Amino acid sequence: MTTETALQTAGTPAFYVTEEEHPHSSTLLGFWIYIMSDTLIFAVLFATFGVLRDRYAGGPTPQEVLEIPTVALNTAMLLISSITCGFAMLEMVRNRKAATLFWLLVTGLFGAAFVGLELREFFGLVAEGAGPQRSAYLSAFFTLVGTHGTHVTIGIIWLITLMVQIARKGLIHENTRRLMCFSMFWHFLDVIWIGVFSVVYLLGVL
Amino acid sequence: MSSDAHATHAADGHHALADAPHGTLKGYLTGFGLAVVLTVIPFWLVMGNVLDNAVATGILIMVFAIVQIVVHMIYFLHLDAHSEGGWNMLALIFTVVLVVIGIVGSLWVMYHLDLNMMPGMMTGHPG
Repeated sequence: MTTETALQTAGTPAFYVTEEEHPHSSTLLGFWIYIMSDTLIFAVLFATFGVLRDRYAGGPTPQEVLEIPTVALNTAMLLISSITCGFAMLEMVRNRKAATLFWLLVTGLFGAAFVGLELREFFGLVAEGAGPQRSAYLSAFFTLVGTHGTHVTIGIIWLITLMVQIARKGLIHENTRRLMCFSMFWHFLDVIWIGVFSVVYLLGVL
Repeated sequence: MSSDAHATHAADGHHALADAPHGTLKGYLTGFGLAVVLTVIPFWLVMGNVLDNAVATGILIMVFAIVQIVVHMIYFLHLDAHSEGGWNMLALIFTVVLVVIGIVGSLWVMYHLDLNMMPGMMTGHPG
């Protein structure tokens, strides 16, 4: 008698957590795991840089070649592009195509400004004889900062293809999923840049 | 209960969007404000030569960097213990452990290798 009522009130017994497990789309989790593996690539490059950071081989030291004001400007570009990417995501959720495209364009322009400033810095270094072949320090510097810059460049190419797709097909499910992956990637690049400007530039010129 | 949830998910066709955290304007602006402050202070410390002690400045720079990374994770990447059923956080913790072992281990081992090297054993490194 009592067990019967107990069973009735409990309803169908559930042996799994319905809300927590089994995400409906595994794409975002998969992309997160890609980002984590990319983090490991950067960790290796940071470790290499940390070991080689004072191996100047008689060549230029960070104090001589790094320009902190340029890096400050660069950091601002990337941080602003990060928040405009967030604005694009908010417009995407509201299903406003034109506004989404506008903020994506702004994001791309700030990203391009970042890459442009970084390329100018790199060409300047090579021109004054501080290229990657000069010392172990400079090799590690160019590899770490260059890998980040390559990621940003690829991110911009991805952004342009996404903008074309959104312009042609609208904010359909496939495009919003891709946008969320892109947004994750872009914010991730900003996180890596925090490590770069702190360790490579600010600690470098101390 | 769960069948209802599935029905609405299937109906709107935006289920990935509805499930995934995408933040709010307030959240983004809070994160941006914090990020600006946490960026400006270390740059100011270095450019303004605020502290005479280079070691203290270095430690402060790293503290600000770590705090800012956490701020980005929370406000921009919307990471919490529940996103993707907790698997995001699990992958992150695993990665952070690997990163710390890799970086700290490399620096530690190579530093001691340097100390224990006889001067002159390293070619191209006059000592």
